[in-house]
Amino acid sequence: MLDSLTHLMGGFGAALTPANLLFAAIGVLLGTAIGVLPGIGPAMAVALLLPVTYAFDPTGAFIMFAGIYFGAMFGGSTTSILLNTPGESASVMAALEGNPMAKSGRGAQALATAAIGHFVGGLLGVIGLVLLAPLVASVAVDIGAPDYFAVMVLAFVAVTSVLGSSRIRGFAALAIGLTIGLVGLDPLSGQPRLTFGVPQLADGIDVVIVAVGLFAVGEALWVAAHLRRGQQEVIPVGRPWLSRGDVKRAWKPWLRGPFIGFPFGSIPAGGAEIPTFLSYVTERRLSTHRDEFGSGAIEGVAGPESAASASSAGTLSTMLTLGLPTTAIAAVMLAAFQQFGIQPGPLLFQTEPDLVWTLIASLFVGLVLLLVLNLPLAPAWAKLLRIPRPYLYAGILFFACIGAYAVSGQAVDLLVLLGIGAVGFVMRRYGLPVLPAIIGVILGPDAELQLRRALQIADGDVTTLVSTPVAVTVYTVIALLLLFPLVRKVLPARGTPPVDRDREGTPV
Amino acid sequence: MSVREKPTRGLSAALAVLVAAAAVLLVPPAVGALTGGGDGTQLRGLRMLVPNSPGGGYDVTARTAAKAMEDAGLTGSVEVFNLPGAGGTVGLGRTVNESGNDRLVMSMGLGVVGSVYTNRSPSTLADTTPIARLTQETEIVVVAKDSPYTSLGQLVDAWKADPGGVPVGGGSSPGGPDHLAPMLMAKAAGLPPKDVNYVSYDGGGELLAAVLGGKVAFGVSGLGEYADQIDAGELRVLAVTAGDPVPGVDAPTLRQAGLGVEFTNWRGVVAPPGLSDEGRADLEAAFDALRRSPEWAQALERNGWTDAYQPGPEFGAFLESENERVAEVLRELGLTS
Repeated sequence: MLDSLTHLMGGFGAALTPANLLFAAIGVLLGTAIGVLPGIGPAMAVALLLPVTYAFDPTGAFIMFAGIYFGAMFGGSTTSILLNTPGESASVMAALEGNPMAKSGRGAQALATAAIGHFVGGLLGVIGLVLLAPLVASVAVDIGAPDYFAVMVLAFVAVTSVLGSSRIRGFAALAIGLTIGLVGLDPLSGQPRLTFGVPQLADGIDVVIVAVGLFAVGEALWVAAHLRRGQQEVIPVGRPWLSRGDVKRAWKPWLRGPFIGFPFGSIPAGGAEIPTFLSYVTERRLSTHRDEFGSGAIEGVAGPESAASASSAGTLSTMLTLGLPTTAIAAVMLAAFQQFGIQPGPLLFQTEPDLVWTLIASLFVGLVLLLVLNLPLAPAWAKLLRIPRPYLYAGILFFACIGAYAVSGQAVDLLVLLGIGAVGFVMRRYGLPVLPAIIGVILGPDAELQLRRALQIADGDVTTLVSTPVAVTVYTVIALLLLFPLVRKVLPARGTPPVDRDREGTPV
Repeated sequence: MSVREKPTRGLSAALAVLVAAAAVLLVPPAVGALTGGGDGTQLRGLRMLVPNSPGGGYDVTARTAAKAMEDAGLTGSVEVFNLPGAGGTVGLGRTVNESGNDRLVMSMGLGVVGSVYTNRSPSTLADTTPIARLTQETEIVVVAKDSPYTSLGQLVDAWKADPGGVPVGGGSSPGGPDHLAPMLMAKAAGLPPKDVNYVSYDGGGELLAAVLGGKVAFGVSGLGEYADQIDAGELRVLAVTAGDPVPGVDAPTLRQAGLGVEFTNWRGVVAPPGLSDEGRADLEAAFDALRRSPEWAQALERNGWTDAYQPGPEFGAFLESENERVAEVLRELGLTS
């Protein structure tokens, strides 16, 4: 470990040269812009910039790429929070509490909470990368399909906590999401499902399109339908900075996020979607302000955002030590390494120590730059909401369409977006919560894939699902979670009358 | 007054960021377009369609080829654009629709051949004009270092005895190279492809974790993705699928190991149908010149690709035979009518 520290110090020396600092600055600026712009994800940006970087030395190029990666995480929450239009799947969760906060005049606080969350998450994640990289690498390959499926079951159990006040409506919304998740080619057998012969649907519907459609387009239609009648009040913009009370509520979620985000980022489980969701439900369960969830609870921004950045660090960790890309951006960066004749993998820390440690040091530098860049921007961005509502929602629709179109550059996606937007409108009309539908789209395909893969590897033997220590542990946690309310109901039943659990703030 | 000014300032900040991003992402290609001067013999206005997303295999091939062609002065600026979807068949459909356009080529490979069947694509490669095959890469049969299998013979014996209990992992969906290779191996070994327990992973990375962790009995993947793990001794290569032994890889070919089949994952370019003879000759000449350029040789070296150049007509015949082979396997699996 002392060895690591010495190397890291050397890395800082190299990262703080003017040229590398400049690369880091360009990277984080670009990344923030890319994160803010809907549709252009960090993976695409790095792929497009790759030919430009042939002329650079690899260290500079990778410092820039890493800056883009983290910058996109910072920037991605901006549109999510302000416009309810997540540009990346990692920032879907930020819209849940962040957007209600913004609407009630706390946009600057939501953005600042997100920025600090990303900083803390990224920082702890990169520290995890320095200290735990080899360990993570050996654990990541031991986790198999049965373990992933157990985590999916855990996530599904957690979904019940976001179903809203009416369970029937919640499950109906979940079913809508799961159905949307079915669209596309069956990944194991290659059979088309619900594609209606449209080839553009064969890859499924991107979760960003579903989220933007249900959140942004659905809401814009809903507001448009009511604008005539309602008062045309401009959204208030409150004080720009976090109050002491805000920080008091947010610091624990900030610190908890990385413990969920980093491990999930480092295993091949689909990037930041699952950890941000798990972080969200964790904060929702642990919060002492549970009644505020859904209408702008700061914990619901702090936790997931911190988890999102920590998961990026986890992703880098696995990519550097194993050569194993766990997300699209990691796959592109891996290709970039190969273009420079460098093969990430078990030997990288020995063959290219200078590059690796400079890169890691530059991650720290990049995070500081990002915080310095994004914190002052938060109040400025928040003023966007002063735009009168008709123009604001026109802008939201515009950005939503750009985002959906940019996912793969196909007009069909725009029709899908509008169709899903109409579904979102109808869901609002009949009081169906939107969140379970999004979760269904995220979890459904993953859970199905892992379950079938587990059974396939075991040649149909169902006991394989509980054959690993990780899976058994996760199922035990699930059992405890499910049994806990029952136990609690039985215990105090003697004295106090049963209370409405949702209303009562503190669990335990 | 100040209330009215503030939103404008917020907007201008947003605009500034937008413009900056647009400048960085758009200016380099635009500048490239301006500087692509020529001497009259160049192919001008060539566009390359990439039927998968940025960073994917066809994308890297297309962008590398485009850059080499520009640098070698064979063409003006080449515009590379992505139209991903349905394993490449969305892009294929577009190419077929651009009948007569002799300034468009599509980067493609073996994966598209299978996708045509699994996606029930109305357009097929037979509708296109084959221009050139460019590169190929051998597939490898790998196991983790602590696997009980030390030779392909051993593995095949165990596989034939209990195909369900010896799952094979691959980084492509059904119809892709990593799926076709084990199916062809099974056929050569006398095992019906339907009995093969093929577990599909999302790309070579996810598959790597499964192979290293012993989740699947063996994996089939492209050589390039695993070079470092092989050097580090984490993975053992039991065989290469190419017809000839691969330099630097200590493993026999499938034939040497007793399975009468060979297989490589290749990439090439096709053009829309209905080209004039002249337009077709121009495109073929450009890629023939590319193949002989030092810029391309460097690019092959840098990416670790093997040159597998075939000119148009030969490539067309090759496409037909590959199509036949793929169709037969997929038919046996019930993936095509």
